[in-house]
Amino acid sequence: MELIYSVTVGVMVTCSIFLMLRGHTFSVVLGLTLMSYAVNLFLFASGGLALNQPAILAEGASYADPLPQALVLTAIVIGFAMTAFALILAIRARADLGNDNVDGRAEVGDVLSNKGQTVEQNGSVREHPEPSSGGKL
Amino acid sequence: MHLTALPVLLPFLGAVIVLIPWFNKRIAQQRLVAQLFLLGTLAVSIVLFTQTMGEGAQGYAMGEWEAPFGIFLIADPLAGFMLILAAVLALASHLYACGGDDQTGKFFHPLFLFQLMGINGAFLTADAFNLFVFFEILLIASYSLLIHGGGKERTRAAQHYVLYNLIGSAFFLIALAVLYRAYGTLSIPDMAARSSSLPEESLPLAKAGGLLLMAVFGIKAALLPLHFWLPRTYSSTSIPVAALFAIMTKVGVYSLWRVHGTVFGDDAGAVANLGKDALMWLSGATVIIGSVGVLASQSLRWLIANLIIVSVGTLLMTVAIGTVAATAAGIYYALHSTFMSGAFFLVAGLLIMQRGQAGDRLVRSRPLRYPRISGALFAIVAMAMIGLPPFSGFTGKIFVLQSALKSGDAFWVWPLMLIAGLVAMVALSRAGTTLFWRTQGAVPQDAEYRISGLHIAAAGILVGMSIVLVVFAGPLTEWSLRAAQDMHTGVSVMQLNGGESK
Repeated sequence: MELIYSVTVGVMVTCSIFLMLRGHTFSVVLGLTLMSYAVNLFLFASGGLALNQPAILAEGASYADPLPQALVLTAIVIGFAMTAFALILAIRARADLGNDNVDGRAEVGDVLSNKGQTVEQNGSVREHPEPSSGGKL
Repeated sequence: MHLTALPVLLPFLGAVIVLIPWFNKRIAQQRLVAQLFLLGTLAVSIVLFTQTMGEGAQGYAMGEWEAPFGIFLIADPLAGFMLILAAVLALASHLYACGGDDQTGKFFHPLFLFQLMGINGAFLTADAFNLFVFFEILLIASYSLLIHGGGKERTRAAQHYVLYNLIGSAFFLIALAVLYRAYGTLSIPDMAARSSSLPEESLPLAKAGGLLLMAVFGIKAALLPLHFWLPRTYSSTSIPVAALFAIMTKVGVYSLWRVHGTVFGDDAGAVANLGKDALMWLSGATVIIGSVGVLASQSLRWLIANLIIVSVGTLLMTVAIGTVAATAAGIYYALHSTFMSGAFFLVAGLLIMQRGQAGDRLVRSRPLRYPRISGALFAIVAMAMIGLPPFSGFTGKIFVLQSALKSGDAFWVWPLMLIAGLVAMVALSRAGTTLFWRTQGAVPQDAEYRISGLHIAAAGILVGMSIVLVVFAGPLTEWSLRAAQDMHTGVSVMQLNGGESK
């Protein structure tokens, strides 16, 4: 069970880091969500993995550690709020800056929200990568 | 007896009251209530500080659960210092905001109070997970405060800041999980007690967790490779928020003191002084990179943000030296640098309002409307920041240099600090010359200037703290030495249970 558990967490962290390194806010927020899932699982495992154990104290010595479960609950709530905030901010940034790039500057192939055009017309954009006006196209 | 919880509860209560719909359209009443609660927080912090100086650390058991099971708030002299620092800074920046900056967006006052609640909570808590929770409270308030007033620059800066800190929070949780596995507890006094007797197989986990936690605090404190968020964030946000944010980096440094000073302190056995070598190199490099940034800055706020990085580097040097004298010097320096960074942002705000289109860019522009008062404030705060006598920067730097000499770290601390001082002097004289003397055209007479007495009073309070810090340097050093001793000794679980009146 430890193996499956750790592989799951590892794969999720890998995917989330891949997503977070991408340039668009949507993938980054998705990456953050995955990351918080992975972290929650990791936090849950910090009390040790135990099957069919009583939650707190019972007859016999072994029990499942209840503290990480409480910690995970808190972390889930906080992570949820933070993800919601990051999403709202991403939407606001797309409205304010006119694109969904994390740096707020449109790149080749980006669809600009305020005019519905792509930064690829005439094929000349490849020469000068981006306007200096910070996405104001 | 419930005094220890009040610095957290008062701002919280104030924020909730200001959120009542009745206050919605009544901005004057909102300001009044917020000011009253900030004053109350300051008063409580001062009382708490004097109590801790007299009677030692005060523990407060949430829900009367005994240590080490309950979640404790601990007020010791160090926490008292930081609480007073936060309260004075918040009071002054809030006063400045009342001059009109609070009306450029919604919910400024509740967010401001929530932010203070998070900061105070982080100073008081004795539980690593609770520290995480308070970090998140101060962060989520800071996310919203950062984009207060709106604008493209702010949105872009906020996006970086938010995403970066969310990743930081994820690593905070990972570090806590690893440490819980190693220690079986997250109560900081309990962890400190167990550090010296950790079983062999837990050591790698404890080390990994401790270093990861150091990286997380490094993000907050703006330690070298993790500091890139700071200049853009601080220079794009509104003036009172930037002034309040001056304490955010100190929250990171404080957490390093609190966690790494006790759990991974001198008596921690196999995990003693964990990561101190790395911190030594990185803090020195932070000072260097901050100084380079200071020289390269094109606008006043960017310059101040880089000066903050330099001061954080200096503070982290005292953490890296790690002796009691160094911590005491660090406490005094933290007071000075936080007040001066906040004051500098407020002074920059005064200048921005007078310079119209030029804003805070270091370019030729029209003469200032109020050159005398702005010039005097700028001169004092700049001299304090550089470290020239007779202001607090001078005494603060002397204490740090002395402590480095005593512990034998002078060979790397002295050159870095002195060169950073020189660089700051060059950059600030250049900036001051441009701002005040490189002018063209007539003094503007139009009524677009919104400078009110509140703005000047707020800046005056913080600039005046520099003089207060020098005048009371004697008692302050004694108190900070006491605070540093108490911090290094730590509070034991037994003390907590004994000291708690039932």
